[in-house]
Amino acid sequence: MEQTLHGFAHTYGKNVDTDVIIPGKYCNIIDHAELGKHALEGIDPEFSSRVKAGDVIVADTNFGCGSSREVAPIAIKGAGVSAVIAKSFARIFFRNALNIGLPIFECPEAVDDIAAGDEIVIVPGTGMIHNKTKGTQHRAAALPPFMQSLIAVGGLKNYVEERLAKA
Amino acid sequence: MDRARREAELMVVHDSRDSPRKKRITMGMTLTQKILARHAGLDHVETGQIINAKVDLVLANELSAAVAIEVMRTIKGADRVFDPEKIALVEDHFVPAKDAQSAKLAKMMKDFAAEQKITHFFDVGRGGIEHVVLPEAGLVAPGELIVGGDSHTCTYGALGAFATGMGSTDIAAAFVLGEVWLKVPPTIKLVYSGKLGPMVFAKDLMLKTVGTLGIDGATYRALEYTGTTINELSITGRITMANMAIEAGAKNGIFVADEKAIAFVQERTTRKFIVDHADADAQYERVVNIDVENMEPQIACPHTPDNVHGVSDVTRDEILLDQIFIGSCTNGYIEDLRIVAKILDGKQISPRLRVIVNPGSQKVWMQAANEGILSILAAAGCAVNTPGCGACFGGHMGTLGDGERCLSTTNRNYVGRMGSPKAEVYLASPATCAASALTGRITDPRVLELAHALSP
Repeated sequence: MEQTLHGFAHTYGKNVDTDVIIPGKYCNIIDHAELGKHALEGIDPEFSSRVKAGDVIVADTNFGCGSSREVAPIAIKGAGVSAVIAKSFARIFFRNALNIGLPIFECPEAVDDIAAGDEIVIVPGTGMIHNKTKGTQHRAAALPPFMQSLIAVGGLKNYVEERLAKA
Repeated sequence: MDRARREAELMVVHDSRDSPRKKRITMGMTLTQKILARHAGLDHVETGQIINAKVDLVLANELSAAVAIEVMRTIKGADRVFDPEKIALVEDHFVPAKDAQSAKLAKMMKDFAAEQKITHFFDVGRGGIEHVVLPEAGLVAPGELIVGGDSHTCTYGALGAFATGMGSTDIAAAFVLGEVWLKVPPTIKLVYSGKLGPMVFAKDLMLKTVGTLGIDGATYRALEYTGTTINELSITGRITMANMAIEAGAKNGIFVADEKAIAFVQERTTRKFIVDHADADAQYERVVNIDVENMEPQIACPHTPDNVHGVSDVTRDEILLDQIFIGSCTNGYIEDLRIVAKILDGKQISPRLRVIVNPGSQKVWMQAANEGILSILAAAGCAVNTPGCGACFGGHMGTLGDGERCLSTTNRNYVGRMGSPKAEVYLASPATCAASALTGRITDPRVLELAHALSP
């Protein structure tokens, strides 16, 4: 059976930046679960106490703008979030999320459709996003082929291992 | 037969610039495309193309390095970095160590540098803020490709390099392979015309640019800075502008290396480099004209760097300040400190304020000391810190509390950027910050100049 991601939506606006995703003062933390306790603290201080494993962050355009801190997607993943759906992502965040294995989906229609608390099921293989609360579904933009191939080998780390093995 | 024809056609593609039939294929390249093509070993790259590019330098600070080192340890077969002379490690974010955890990260990086025999390791007291340190240490030259574990790595475009920020896993991969995968970005050409007025600086120009483009206006794009105004700018001014390309979401921001840039680099390294120029028929996604004639000093108001207004708009209300911060990879250079010292010389800062000054590097600090700048600032009531990123990103050494308001020469003013999410940050030039230091509220530095001119 195809793997799915399942949880409830937490919705945010445009330009959710890395300073609110994980404020600078926590950037010397390495432990993922500890980082997760401070995820989105700058914009939603109650987030870490409210979020349940599998929940989905839904945001408008330019999610993750600002710093290159990889601890931003790590904190989100560490909080138990299964995926981020946004109208668009800032480029460094986009790379970082792929690299650390946080599933992200670009889908403006889904963002417009989903309200806070809606029950969401995502099929990563097809990019299908089902809003169980509203009975609607949307398909996220497919990743470019090169990025799909990176994911297919299990991420950038495995890609580097393969390159080293061939060398 | 078919293959022979294909090969013949390919030959033509390489040689023929003027054949109209081949025009589409031989379309000119932007400055960014030229550098990317060379580093990918290709004659030509198209916008959107994914390339594997060789890197000339990989940068990390103690925060991004610590995570990258951990990642590298998990990669099978990755025992050594690709070239210990092409990696720069700079301790700058929580320096001197804020706490035991920060000290641990710094030690991880230092041990890694020793283990891998990395030559360009900058400890506390011998470096400063990474983006100030690398150009001054001769580690950046035109035509080079630099990636760094810090979003402001784009700073090096000031010297005609392609430079972009990445996260730690990408940096770990670059440490090991000496290559990165990149999508060739479309370029937005910025054309500046007109002469900057009194008390208007590169920082004002860049704030205006970010305000014009918006914080996602250049996402996934390259910015190419051109025009008569740009030619007049100092290298420091160009550094300030390239530094903030990321504030419009850009992948990189780049200037053509002119005589000034070449001289700057040659004073600091004997390394050979290539100076690239955009082709006359380069394809730009769009061209944005910015006329700076009569432009006033600019301020980015809370809570995004694109919320930019002219100073006279902002000072219509009295905006009282609690802190002024002068420093960072945007404005922590000797030229910046000279401006501030000139304005504060022999005066006292407003009693309602604290002013924190952070020279960008050890060299800048020493130069400022030699020129008497540090004494002028201290005598005026400023706290002068050792170089570091702390205050700018809410790390330490100048963190804001609830309800406090800061005017800063830094590059970002998102909610909580400099500390409390209930604080407010305004961004401006060093001159605007210095003028405001005297009054305790956001102040138009031109008024000050007028006052100076009027005084005997």
